[in-house]
Amino acid sequence: MLKYVVKRILMAIPILIGISVIAFFLIRLVPGDTVTALLGVNYNEEQALILRAKYGLDKPLVVQYFIWLKNVVAGDFGNSFFTKEPVLSAIADRLPVTLQLMFMSFLYSIFIAIPLGTIAAIKRNSAIDYGASFLGLLGVSVPNFWLGTLFILFFSLNLKWFPSGGFISFLEDPVQNLRYMIMPSVALGTAVGAVVMRMTRSSMLEVLGQDYIKMAEAKGVTDRRLIFNHALKNSFIPVVTVLGIQMGYLLGGSVVIEKIFSLPGVGQLSLQAITNRDYALMQGCILLVASGFVIINLLVDIIYAFLNPKIRY
Amino acid sequence: MGEIWYRFRKNKLALFGFSVLLVFIILALAAPIIAPYDPFQMSTGETLQSPNSAHIFGTDQFGRDILSRIIHGTRISFKVGIISVGISLVVGVAMGICAGYFGGWIDIIISRIIDIMFSFPDIFLALVIMAILGTSLTNVMIAIGIVYTPIFARIARGSTLTVKDNAYIEAARSIGVGDLMTIIRHILPNILAPLIVQITLSFGFAIRSEAALSFLGLGVEPDVPSWGIMLNEGKDWMELAWWVSVFPGLAATLAILSFNVLGDGLRDALDPKLKNESE
Repeated sequence: MLKYVVKRILMAIPILIGISVIAFFLIRLVPGDTVTALLGVNYNEEQALILRAKYGLDKPLVVQYFIWLKNVVAGDFGNSFFTKEPVLSAIADRLPVTLQLMFMSFLYSIFIAIPLGTIAAIKRNSAIDYGASFLGLLGVSVPNFWLGTLFILFFSLNLKWFPSGGFISFLEDPVQNLRYMIMPSVALGTAVGAVVMRMTRSSMLEVLGQDYIKMAEAKGVTDRRLIFNHALKNSFIPVVTVLGIQMGYLLGGSVVIEKIFSLPGVGQLSLQAITNRDYALMQGCILLVASGFVIINLLVDIIYAFLNPKIRY
Repeated sequence: MGEIWYRFRKNKLALFGFSVLLVFIILALAAPIIAPYDPFQMSTGETLQSPNSAHIFGTDQFGRDILSRIIHGTRISFKVGIISVGISLVVGVAMGICAGYFGGWIDIIISRIIDIMFSFPDIFLALVIMAILGTSLTNVMIAIGIVYTPIFARIARGSTLTVKDNAYIEAARSIGVGDLMTIIRHILPNILAPLIVQITLSFGFAIRSEAALSFLGLGVEPDVPSWGIMLNEGKDWMELAWWVSVFPGLAATLAILSFNVLGDGLRDALDPKLKNESE
């Protein structure tokens, strides 16, 4: 097991290096560099040269990459060209919002999806099953930003149940924090819930058709025991994989959702960095988001191996 | 083929998706004839009118007819779908077949590229590419095309690996058929089924991505009547006019839903063994 975990971690290293290369060079392809954006209408060649030298932008690209990588490994992601704030602290300030959004979306999706998927599989071809399948299809199809817009329309503007946007920290006021976070979490988590529900249903159906389930049934095991002790655990394996992939979706989707609900998270920060052509901030955000995704997948693979000891790649 | 059609026809939901898409295709092709108004025509006396007999879906803040804009938006969405999925398909399948067929270091390099591309959440990568390319319809299609390339590459690679050890491939190579010919004549036709399913599902992804990018202001040009642009503009008027945000989103959801059910139906029809998994 340990050998597998080490091997899997080693496999992630070249991917992380690849991500750093992309994060660095992709940004360099953006037309008009930071200095041009910084100077704006006051742009003149002489000042631009001074600023480029100051930020090290006059060195060859490869040299710039290695300087940047060396600093990143040492924990220095540079400073935002606009706010002068260290990139790492800018991200660290916003990260709790995005993590809370992802966590709440995740909880919402599994609390709805796993029971619904399980019931739909047990009561196959019943009204519940058809209803759940339809909801699942609708959930995967509805764009999250439109769902968010509808929520604002109904629950904020019409019913005035929840605020339409903004954020209050959980530590400051937990109740208000939840009022601000419920709609964004549901809007973001619905698609994930739909995918997980569909997967739970199909995986459960497959497990319920296995011989050992029929054997347990024949031995007179109660339905409750059959589902909880025999079927559910085994049907979880593909569900865990899907959940891992969906975490990436939550990370990407948070960009759109944070924008709609004016949440000060990493998604908004990335969008702001993209709009301002803030190199250092963009690189930091890309590196963080992509590495976060790789690490989630790594953890999923390890959990997967724990759940299913037969799996060793 | 007959058997596939028979299985497909039995799936009512897939048939529904297929029919809805046919309607969308007709709307897209005949938009100028079908749309009751010019989608760009502003009318200061008719701003933000709620749905009524003259404007079934109401009008926007410039007095433009929302139904006509949605009908013209179908053209944009389907154009984005066709071209971006075309890009992902051609590039992805070429990458995947090369990796699976030739193996060795070609496979290692291509597989690592695919892994790295998969490390970026799709909408996030599309946003970064749009920042590089700048907002325009063509660039949206390129960005979405790049983002979905690794999916096709992974499917093509996996399918090629299962197909390439078959006796007919060995037979073709033993009589001196070249690599390119083997790929075109023998590999490609045998990996089509999973690709067709993925093409259908990717259309839905592409439509959603375009709408999301345009909604964020990093998609098509603001004067293009795309569903995402309409939603972007609509959100500022939501308090006064719900219809400006509701109808374009409904159109997008219906189109994506139809592609999803069609994709599911095709998967069941093309490979009945997978039926359980897709249910």
